[in-house]
Amino acid sequence: MNEWLSWSLIGVPLLGAGLAGLWPDNRSRPWLLPAVGAVHLALVTALALKATAVAPQAWLGFDPLARAVLPAVSVLFLGCAAYAVTYLRIRAERPNRVFVAMLLTALGLISAGHQARHLGLLWIATEAVTLACVPLLHFNGTPRAFEATWKYLLVGGTGIALSLLGSFCLGYASLHGGGLGDLTFAALAAQGRELSPPWVLAAWVLLLAGYGTKMGLAPMHTWKPDAYGEAPGIVGALLAGGVTTVAFTAILRVRAVVGAAGAGAMADRTLLALGLFSLTVAALFLLGTRDFKRMLAYSSIEHMGILSLGAALGGAGLAAALFHVWSNGLTKGALFLSAGNVRRVAGSASMDTARGMARLTPWSAGLLVAGMLAVTALPPFAPFFSELQVVRAGLAAGRGWAVGLFLLCLLLAFLGMTRVVFGVVEGRPAPAVQRQAARFAETAGVLAPPLALLAASLALGLFRPAGLAAAWQAAVAQILQP
Amino acid sequence: MTGLLNVLVGVVMGLNLVALAGGRLPLLIRTVAVQGVVLGLMPLILEHGALDWKLAAVAVATVAGKGLLIPSLLLRALRVARIDREVEPLLGFVPSLLLGALGTLAAVGLTEFLPLRPEHAATLLVPGALASVLTGFILLAGRVKALSQVCGYLVLENGIYLFGLLLLGSTPLLVESGILLDVTVGVFVIGIIVDRIQRTFDSLDTRRLTVLRE
Repeated sequence: MNEWLSWSLIGVPLLGAGLAGLWPDNRSRPWLLPAVGAVHLALVTALALKATAVAPQAWLGFDPLARAVLPAVSVLFLGCAAYAVTYLRIRAERPNRVFVAMLLTALGLISAGHQARHLGLLWIATEAVTLACVPLLHFNGTPRAFEATWKYLLVGGTGIALSLLGSFCLGYASLHGGGLGDLTFAALAAQGRELSPPWVLAAWVLLLAGYGTKMGLAPMHTWKPDAYGEAPGIVGALLAGGVTTVAFTAILRVRAVVGAAGAGAMADRTLLALGLFSLTVAALFLLGTRDFKRMLAYSSIEHMGILSLGAALGGAGLAAALFHVWSNGLTKGALFLSAGNVRRVAGSASMDTARGMARLTPWSAGLLVAGMLAVTALPPFAPFFSELQVVRAGLAAGRGWAVGLFLLCLLLAFLGMTRVVFGVVEGRPAPAVQRQAARFAETAGVLAPPLALLAASLALGLFRPAGLAAAWQAAVAQILQP
Repeated sequence: MTGLLNVLVGVVMGLNLVALAGGRLPLLIRTVAVQGVVLGLMPLILEHGALDWKLAAVAVATVAGKGLLIPSLLLRALRVARIDREVEPLLGFVPSLLLGALGTLAAVGLTEFLPLRPEHAATLLVPGALASVLTGFILLAGRVKALSQVCGYLVLENGIYLFGLLLLGSTPLLVESGILLDVTVGVFVIGIIVDRIQRTFDSLDTRRLTVLRE
């Protein structure tokens, strides 16, 4: 029963994608998105309500790690899907067949990536989701969008290639240690210290670089500002809260094997270094950027850094990182969607031309400010609590200096983001912008989804269901004692 | 068979240097194509004893994909998009070659530190793989045009394929999945062609893709 359900998480979106490909009508096609999104969320909820054991040799399954992360992606997707209906009506001049089909394909492949318990299958899912996102990034069809897509393909493709090489190295570590070619993570972890240490080290470096590129950790983050800056808001939200989480859980699954091989401390040190470096780079760029969509990209790099930092801090840190996957995904979703609204009215994402948005598009501007405050850890939104847990885990692990640097970066990021957002929201709008603003009314269709995601972030901060915390703990156990 | 295999790996390493030195795009594309064909022959002479259908399928798919399909797509892109045939290096040919040669030596040296199974110890697969990956990176970072970057990506991918040969036969799915990398290359090239047809890009020079800086 459960096995069937977990396959349907992949199958239903892919079927939906096929249907979208055949659907003749451009106007009604986008409705497939919320329909499939709702079915997906219902299936995930049905699976997530009760923890069930997955056979260790299964290549795919809704195991504790999938249970801890995938529901957040499903909620985010439904929010974006609801927004997409109105968004694609506004953009009725562009054919949306490929866009809708690829959004659904991406959802199916993300579900596959989160549930992959086999080294090769995980790589295939990540590779495929990378390719599925190419037409999404290119939706606007401008030369700038082409440039962003090219960078995404080049940098992301190289990352994907490195992670395949890393997978080969891990496979060879197993073979050298007498393995019989079973590359499920459970079997690899069971080999433990028999895995050949130099090959495990090589595998970890390559896989971290490869999947780290997909996550957007600095210094492999260079595709991110362009991609997020040029892609529609929905795509940015799904990349920041969905695709990147696949890469993060991939790193966690590999971390479990590396830990079993006796190199967990080395792995944690590299995660800590990459996390802090990403936080620093993001904070510095946030102080300088003048474009509010690129600002979201740097903020995403910052939060990927927080995930990496949390993952380096032992059990409590891992639980905090999984919590942060939820709080970052939901809050970023609200932020990307409201930024998309503001961007449409302003006609540009630069704070040099976009001013006085509080007058032209008060609700979206309000949501943008609220989302920005939420993501920079204003209580009682969820990011505040997950970041607080990271701080606590860091102090408990005796990494006081890392916590200090982390808090400094958060402060700099806060300064950078408030500077950009208030620059866009306040002031007097340019007359040309005022004229075009009348074309984009603030309808419920573009306001309700970001509002709902922000409300979810708030709810997650105020009342965290005990079941959710237990699911995160179970995932931590899967990583630390595979 | 190890002797013959090592000769072929040596040919691949030599072709890496040709790719680094090549100043014309058609030559670069053909070099990468020949490299693909040589790689495709390798599964047939691995010391697995009997030739099974799986090895044969990998060989056929590799020769068809890396040797024929992708190079012909690239040549087509060159023609359709009327791209100028000069490679335009960002990093000069001589420095590229020197870096590539040093990298090849370093790859051989590094392999000393990696433990290999007895049946692999005598082959050049690991140094060949590392050298090709490095060559791929030099081409990716050191060439201006989109098409030469795609060639760099192909060389990088060929290196990974060489490494995969160590695992071919012992690990299901993993090595074969590398074929998906070729699909990525396909997307690259189709992207170039489609974009070129839709819009007028002057030279498809990635230096012009600099509106988005920071």
